[in-house]
Amino acid sequence: MSKQATREALGDELLALGLERQEVYVVDCDVSKSCKTVPFAHQCPAQHLNVGISEQNAVGIAAGLATAGKVPFVVTYAAFGSMRACEQIRQEVCYPRLNVKIACSHGGLTPANDGASHQCIEDMGIMRTLPNMMVIMPADYHAARKLIRAAAAYQGPVYLRFTRDPVEDLYGEEEEFEIGKAKYLRDGRDIAILANGDTVSLALHAAEQLDREGVSVRVLDMHTIKPLDREAVEKALTECGCVITVEDHNILNGLGSAVCEVAAEMGHGRVKRIGVLDRFGESAPYEALLALNGITVENLCTTAHELLEQEGKQ
Amino acid sequence: MTKEQILYLEERAKEIRKTALTMIYQAQSGHPGGSFSAADVIAALYFHFLKLDPEQPKWEDRDRFVLSKGHVCPALYAALILRGFLPADAVNTLRRQGSLLQGHPDMKRCPGIDISTGSLGQGLSCAVGMAIAGKNDGKNFRTYALLGDGECNEGQIWEAAQAANKYQLDRLMVFVDHNGLQNDGSTEEIMPSGDLAAKFRAFGFQTVEIDGHSMKEITGAVSFLQTQENGMPKCVVCRTVKGKGVSFMENVAAWHGMAPNEEQYRQAMRELEGGAA
Repeated sequence: MSKQATREALGDELLALGLERQEVYVVDCDVSKSCKTVPFAHQCPAQHLNVGISEQNAVGIAAGLATAGKVPFVVTYAAFGSMRACEQIRQEVCYPRLNVKIACSHGGLTPANDGASHQCIEDMGIMRTLPNMMVIMPADYHAARKLIRAAAAYQGPVYLRFTRDPVEDLYGEEEEFEIGKAKYLRDGRDIAILANGDTVSLALHAAEQLDREGVSVRVLDMHTIKPLDREAVEKALTECGCVITVEDHNILNGLGSAVCEVAAEMGHGRVKRIGVLDRFGESAPYEALLALNGITVENLCTTAHELLEQEGKQ
Repeated sequence: MTKEQILYLEERAKEIRKTALTMIYQAQSGHPGGSFSAADVIAALYFHFLKLDPEQPKWEDRDRFVLSKGHVCPALYAALILRGFLPADAVNTLRRQGSLLQGHPDMKRCPGIDISTGSLGQGLSCAVGMAIAGKNDGKNFRTYALLGDGECNEGQIWEAAQAANKYQLDRLMVFVDHNGLQNDGSTEEIMPSGDLAAKFRAFGFQTVEIDGHSMKEITGAVSFLQTQENGMPKCVVCRTVKGKGVSFMENVAAWHGMAPNEEQYRQAMRELEGGAA
């Protein structure tokens, strides 16, 4: 199976959009090489700004551009886009509902060897709390391209999270995506695994293994955590009863929390969250960091069996 | 500028102060001190320099104005009422539920507001974005931003200043309302401003320093800087008096964010009407 990083999709799709639409701007913050926007800078120079290491300023400039009809994408690392510039996003983007996109690479633990300062396990939760904000994390290259295009077509604030490492191609080039609409990757009746981003492929591998062990698993790609596809979550809770969420994000306030909110309000269904265990990372290989937090195929399978046992399904 | 034009702008500044004070008195909440220190610059902009159309607040070729020190919006709202962007009875709605006149400017509610502000330090970046868009689109509009001296404590002001220099935004003009007081006390005590004009010059701005209550100096500085198409962003450091125009408010930090009682309101209106400080 071929692999490509979602940040490559960020660079490729922004270039395509920039060449098509003169109002699409990129505001870089001195990490254009890592975020793959160098081709945009070269081929759409009039629509490209690099404001240096000043994320707060980048968001303000983007807001000013948006008031004049531009569609700016602020591009940086997730840690800096979502947190260094958080209040600017709130005041100048979300509050006036301006057409600014915050497009961040290096989400989750993927900047693994850089250590905790550059890893970002808080962003989805922080961005989800802001009124008027949409929050998206695509699972593969093709999903990323389609969702970037959808974000550009939508009039309003969007936070998009991409990652550093190549991830398996899960979708074909022709696959269509709708913001806020989960993707059914696999149907099943015993248990549902709801994942986003890089963990979707883990969920699929776990589902294959569980299938061999006689467990029927539904897998959903929850590429949008706000607005959450509430209907898909409710169906998973109703039809499967047991749900596991898995994400490369703090288990607090991300996908797992969003799913638990629905489950609690419904009043039935069991949810088990897998994600970063509310602790900072360190410099280490990405897979090692995932393993430290139980974000693995093995733990997904173990958790599934435990949950089914507790629910008397095994 | 003729003598009559100067007199007219001085009279408009007086009306802005009176209208702003009435709003704050009605609301029993708001920021009179900074509204009064900024009133003369706002009068010069709204009644002479800004190209605006009250019938089309979103006219795409309009000049832009960013009130980065958003808390002094009573002065801006007063100008918008006097210029016909807002109905006269809006004066009674400051900070009321459902009002166009939020405690800090809201571009989605209030006609004539080019960007929402209130959290200090952010407006100059927005102004830079507007000016870049105008320049890239070959538009002739100018972008003006009004900052406070206390606001210049925020590092983002200087991030934005660097960008204004990099992108050679000579149609961007920054005013610093240098009244020497911030919320908790004097700027010297809380966070010394240093030589603000020298700082903006060091950041690549063509900068002048004036008496921010002299209509002659304000209009002279703006007119001069507008002729300077040299790639340099512009800065006017305005030496001002917080609470200017009302004797008991002048240079008193407590009037940063306090509303007058009935007696204080009547006295202040008398002083503003008489023009005596």
